[in-house]
Amino acid sequence: MAKTIAFEVPDWRGHLAGQHIDLRLTAEDGYVAQRSFSLASPAGEDTIIETTVQRVDEGEVSPFLVDELRIGDQLELRGPIGGYFAWSPFGPGPLMLIGGGSGVVPLMSMLRTRCNARDDRPALLLYSSRSVEQILYRTELERLATTPGAPTIIHTLTRSAPPGWTGEQGRIDEAMLLRRGIAASHKPEIFVCGPTPFVEAVADHLLRLGHAEASIRTERFGPTGETA
Amino acid sequence: MVVTRGFRGRSRQGSATRSRVPPGQYVTSDFPVLTAGPTQRTPLENWSLSIELGDRMLATWSWREFVMLPQSEVTTDIHCVTKWSKLDTRWRGVNFEDLLRAAGLRVAPAAFVMAHCDGGYTTNLPVADLVAGKAMVATHFDGLPLPPSHGGPARLLVPHLYFWKSAKWIRRIVFREHDGQGFWESLGYHIYGDPWREQRYDGDP
Repeated sequence: MAKTIAFEVPDWRGHLAGQHIDLRLTAEDGYVAQRSFSLASPAGEDTIIETTVQRVDEGEVSPFLVDELRIGDQLELRGPIGGYFAWSPFGPGPLMLIGGGSGVVPLMSMLRTRCNARDDRPALLLYSSRSVEQILYRTELERLATTPGAPTIIHTLTRSAPPGWTGEQGRIDEAMLLRRGIAASHKPEIFVCGPTPFVEAVADHLLRLGHAEASIRTERFGPTGETA
Repeated sequence: MVVTRGFRGRSRQGSATRSRVPPGQYVTSDFPVLTAGPTQRTPLENWSLSIELGDRMLATWSWREFVMLPQSEVTTDIHCVTKWSKLDTRWRGVNFEDLLRAAGLRVAPAAFVMAHCDGGYTTNLPVADLVAGKAMVATHFDGLPLPPSHGGPARLLVPHLYFWKSAKWIRRIVFREHDGQGFWESLGYHIYGDPWREQRYDGDP
């Protein structure tokens, strides 16, 4: 389960697409927990900013944000943070966004920013979800795909697909990137965000397809599956 | 203190553990991977480590030469600026001072270094934070060769600073007279990065 949360930050000084915020929660006994969340709202000066939080059952902060937080509550928030996994419109090349699960959140900020700026150069989102129900921003993505200069939006489902599904199925691999992605010869700016094993695999595929290392920006999150 | 309505928190540690965890950090048993780009996979036959002063090469080791240098082991806690800490991590590698000795240097030739890595990553450090057993070039984690995703074949280990200072895939240690900003330091992160003073971002005291 995921929830989109908007914060009103009166002294927000603006952010770039792809940047994140730190949220700081304090219990009555002074115990503090902090976590980072990518911004989904478009770049700019708007003092209402937005993120989407995926509930991690065994987590400490995300269940609070998804289950407990109410309209009007106050939180300590810091940002914007991060200047590398960030995109500005009218950059040097086409834009290729590759997201896994809630890794789509900062990519959403990039697509919204691109749309606001009326940047109509080629852009593509390849978005991997377990099932249709798990797709974040599904309606908005469908709407975005019909705007002038729309980005190409391709979904792939890794666990189950409903009858009549016309998108891709299965994990993103070299064949899918070759078939649906932007070719290395077009020198796209690439942003990959998702769970660690997803990003590791996709970045390796992209290198093997000839994309320049410096063109691939990554953001990894969550467990690695290693317990060492 | 701004109390967050309804927040109780789950993962309070015992006081023994709590005293080992810097402010704003939580303990994980996982070993998360944070990297700005693809994982580097340099074949060992193409790997070398060099020590330089300005543009002068002071020493260089191939992988075969490097693994013959004196080995040290350390068990220590590590703290990532993305808020996770991992306790009692076990490392093996070459102590920074043993590296200087192997290069024929009795003392460090300048007060600061810039670490340069495969993939173009850089990070800056004062020499004072590398000597006296505070840092090593690590090749093994938990008794096994360091995997590429965690910085193998060799990474810097400076556990008393936030872990972005422990540069993965290190290849060159360049001494310099003055401090300067590395990769993350020039992108809004703190120039020094002491987790106990919570020096996460530029401007933190």
